Order: sequence, then C-alpha cells, then structure tokens
Amino acid sequence: MKWRKLFLVAIKSIARNKMRSLLTMLGIIIGVGSVICLVALGQGSQKDIEGQVASLGTNLLIIRPGSSQLGGVHGGAGSLGTLKLKDVTALRNNASLLQAVSPEIRVQSQVVAGVRNWNTSIYGGDIEYLSIRNYQIASGRIFSARDLLVRAKVALLGQTVADQLFPGENPIGARIRIGNVPFQVIGVLASKGQSAMGSDQDDVILAPSTTVLYRLGDGKTLRSIVASASSSEQMDEAKAEVQQILRSAHRLSGEVEDDFRLRDQTEINQMATRVTGTLTLLLSAIAGVSLLVGGIGIMNIMLVSVTERTREIGIRLAIGARPRDVLAQFLIESATLSLCGGIIGIGVGLGGAAAGGQLLGISVVINPLVIALAVIFTGAVGIFFGFYPARKAANLNPIDALRYE
Amino acid sequence: MSAETLSIKDVTKVFDLGDVQVHALRGVSFNVQQGEFIAVMGSSGSGKSTLMNILGCLDLPTSGDYLLDGVPVATLNRNRLADLRNEKIGFVFQGFNLLPRTTALENVELPLLYDRRQRIPQPRDSAIVALTRVGLGDRLHHHPNQLSGGQQQRVAIARALVNSPAIVLADEPSGNLDSRTTLEVLALFQQLNREGLTLVLVTHETDVSRYASRLVELRDGRICRDEPILVPRDAKADLAKLPAEEHL
Repeated sequence: MKWRKLFLVAIKSIARNKMRSLLTMLGIIIGVGSVICLVALGQGSQKDIEGQVASLGTNLLIIRPGSSQLGGVHGGAGSLGTLKLKDVTALRNNASLLQAVSPEIRVQSQVVAGVRNWNTSIYGGDIEYLSIRNYQIASGRIFSARDLLVRAKVALLGQTVADQLFPGENPIGARIRIGNVPFQVIGVLASKGQSAMGSDQDDVILAPSTTVLYRLGDGKTLRSIVASASSSEQMDEAKAEVQQILRSAHRLSGEVEDDFRLRDQTEINQMATRVTGTLTLLLSAIAGVSLLVGGIGIMNIMLVSVTERTREIGIRLAIGARPRDVLAQFLIESATLSLCGGIIGIGVGLGGAAAGGQLLGISVVINPLVIALAVIFTGAVGIFFGFYPARKAANLNPIDALRYE
Repeated sequence: MSAETLSIKDVTKVFDLGDVQVHALRGVSFNVQQGEFIAVMGSSGSGKSTLMNILGCLDLPTSGDYLLDGVPVATLNRNRLADLRNEKIGFVFQGFNLLPRTTALENVELPLLYDRRQRIPQPRDSAIVALTRVGLGDRLHHHPNQLSGGQQQRVAIARALVNSPAIVLADEPSGNLDSRTTLEVLALFQQLNREGLTLVLVTHETDVSRYASRLVELRDGRICRDEPILVPRDAKADLAKLPAEEHL
C-alpha cells in the first residue's frame, strides 16, 4: 500500500472526528506553542542583554586600584591610589594583546550652564577612551591630542546632560561651568541607553584625561585604567599580560599581592549566560512535560479509536491488509495528529511571541532550528505514543475483530 | 466439470480452551469446482463458521490439507494469508461490514488498496464497473447510512467482486434482510454465478439453500450430506411472484 494513500486515509479519519482531533491536539498545541513562544522571547531578551553588555565597551578590561589596609581597617575597592599615568604608558609600550589603553578619571560635580545646573559624573580619558567605552559622537567633535596636551577646558556632553542643561538648544560652542572651572562644549555623545546594571550611561560628561586629572581631580591618582583587548578569544592572555606588566611597573616581588584588580565583561557575560542557561533548561523541562502529556493524550485517543474501529480493522485484515499495513495506518494517523498539533502550536507560539514581545518591549528572535526541532519532535512523539495502539490494532485477530460489537 | 477451485481434505479444527478441547471440525473433505454455487448448511454449533473461516484463509486448520486455486494454504504465514485473501477471495458478511462514513465507491476500492502486485491498474474504474454490475452505478458516492440494507449488501458484494477473486464466500448474506431483499440478493448471486462466479454460501436457512446448485450439510463437525440440487429455485422468478404491494 502506497504511503500517499495511507496518508490520505489518516487525514480522512482525523477529519472525521474534527472536535476530538482538535482536543487531542490541544496538549501538543499548548506544549509546542508555549515552548516556541518562550524560546523566541528568551532568545530575544538574551539578545537585548548581549547588546547592553556590548554597549559597555568592546572586549573591555578594567584595571582598578586595590583596596587599602591601614592598621587593620580595610578601605573599599579602589581606595588604594596605586594607578598612575605612568602605568598607562607602561601598558601602551609593552602590551601586545591590547588594542587601546586609556586612563579613566571620574569626578562628581555640579555643572552650571546659564540658569540651569545639574549634578553629574565627569569622566576624563584619552582619545581612545571613546572607542574603548563604546561612546559615539552625535554632533560636534571629539577632543584632540592637542587638547590633551594643553589640558584644554573642552567637554563632550552625554544626551541626558545636554537635555538637562540645554533643553531644545544646540549646546555646541556653549560655555558651562564644572565646579569652578569654565568649559566649552565641543560635542554631544550619541545615546547609549541604560547599562546592563540599569544605570543611565548618557548622564555623563567626557573631557580630556589631563584636564580632569589636573584641573578637577587631585592630579595624581587615576580611578581606573580601561583597555580593550585585541580579541575576545584572547581575553585571559591579555589579562595575564596586563597583570605581569603592572606588577613589574609597581615592583611587586613574587609573594606580594597585586595592588590592583582586573575585571572584564566575562563576569557579566557569564551571569547573563547562566540566566539564559537556566531559562533554557526550564524551557526544555516544560517542553518535555507538555509533549509527554500531549503524547499520552494522543495514545489515549488512539487506543479509544482502535477499540471503536475494531470492525473496520477486521474488515481491512479480512480483505487482505497485512498487519503491517494496519500498523502503518495507525502510526501515520497518530503522527499526523501530533504533527498537525505541532504545526498549529508553532503558529500559536509565534503569534504569542510577537504579541508578548510587543507587550513586554523585548525583542523576538525566531530560531528556525527550534521550529524544525519542534516539527521533528512532535512527529516523533506521535510515532512513539502511537506505536502501542497501532500494534494493538495490527495484532487483532480478523475473526474476532469482525464479530466485535 | 472444469478445474477444481478449492479442495480440502481431512480438515480438523480443535480449539483449546484450557481445560476443554472443542472439536469444531472432525475431518471434513470436499472439493469446489469452478463455477459452482454451493450452499453450506448447518445449525449453530455444526462447525460451519469454523469451516468458513478456514475456507476464507482467516484461520488455519489443526490438521488436513487445503488447496486454494493451486496454493497450499496450511503452511502460510500471516502476511501470505493476507495476500491470498486479497487476491483470491471475496467476502460477503452477514452484517455487510462496510466502512461507515465512507462512500460506496471507496468501500469497493478498499481491497485494491492492499493489492501489492497492482494486478488491477485502474482501481477506481474497476470499482465503478463492480458497482455497476450489482446495479448501483447511480449510488457511487452515497455513504452506507444513505443506502437501504439490500443496497448495502450489494455494495459489499461489489467489494467482494472487485479483485476478480477465484471464489466468493458469503456468510449468512441474508441474515439481516427481509424476504424481498433476500430474494434480490439471491437473484444477484444466481446471475453472477451464471456469469462464471464460484460461490460458497453459508446459511442456516433451508429456504435460502434451495437457490444453490449444490448442498453441503454439516452436523457436529462432519459432512452429513453433500448432493447436487438438480433443479435450483430461480430467485428472479420468485421475486416476480411476490405480491406487488409489498414493494416499497
């Protein structure tokens, strides 16, 4: 018997009991639908998180000073003022795995422009700082090497600061006062939005490192040194290199602890991966349970169907169907039932994901692999749970089956 | 007479019901020639159903030989038996046994679906021919529940004919029918028999058996009578004799 004909027979008998078929499929529909929906939303939010992590800077390495310890009293992280500009120079000259290095100085200060004022963080860095921290310029210009050299009083405003001090105006060329020091605005940064931690990355002012260090800061200690590694694969090697260069610059011998600390984004990435990993595991569990429940539903209905159609099976066997033909018929029927449920479930899931993404404001990632897996899985569930009823049908004795009332 | 279509020799059948052994057939032998119309008679418990199942290759004898159209049946496995039923036997059952919610045409086509060797190249056309032969050429797309009992039985007969079987086995074909429809069905059988069809009809009604050309009677698992009916009744003539008002 040809497969095409068997398939038609299966479709027909499913269509004969539309309501029952639909109810049977419901388990699979809900299972597949929820998995497709949650995977699309989960991967969407993962993409969002990755985007946010990347916005912190590409292959970012942050070197902070170590913590101080004075007479048994520990200072907080970075309380040791061990990082100096000469460390930056040392890294620039000796590190082979770093693409860019910049000092970072941070000052919190009141900023005044005309009648408005705003309290914000002023970050000082070298020209590379913008690319390391992944800042882009929206309008105006960035500071030059000469600005760095002469400690020019020029500033780049973050979007939030620009909005606060110059609502509806073009701030470029305007004069502002940071603390008591007058600055000229030379550019506005493109908006970066929130960081992965939820802080506003646009509430900043950038200025040349030397300006911030000598005119606003204490002229000696850096808040941190930021660097970007040449490649994300060589992050660990780059860290080891930085550690070795700084240890020798600080003349630390074998046993002495580092007087600085190295951080990179892998921690953040790991956290995000852990979260999505847990999510994926949870989803797989839901998928497994719902497909199991759906499969049992199909098995149940197929058993009922075999009993109901005992006479039909008897007729088919009597007029020359081999047991294998009957087996194939019922297997195809249950696989088709399950597959139809899976396909409807995919539609429902994608619809749900689109609606949910809109509602929750997260991206939706449609993964063809997940959809293909769903199709294969539901087919397999149909065959697996259909096998027992189908075998029961195929092993019927035609004489008894024909007499069955 | 022409070639033997079917021959059984010393066939016995024992059902083992645990503590009791039931001897349904105790050594039955007979031959069916091509073109014969045989009525197998017997009261319930005589073993005629068992004999029918064995003749229909639905069951195997405990001992004895069975030759169907030259094929020794007793040694075949389930798959070969299924193929044999498909190729050489047409069944007509008491309860019609049509697939519900399936058109007459699809019901008749059913045996050809399982025809592994594709002996009949145009299943649909053959099914239409078979239905036309039993006088239902205008009811092709009716479902069984839209047909009368007699029409349903004729669909079942068409289904038995469609694979050009060596023999048609009819098990109490008139059991569920009134006397007029019974005569109609018997008239159809007689007509098909005249066209060359080999028929074995199992019944417990003496009236029905009189339309066959040979009578085999079973009692307690043995053949107690096997004789030709020299002058069978003519179902068509008897049908004409029925009072007209009973029609409709």
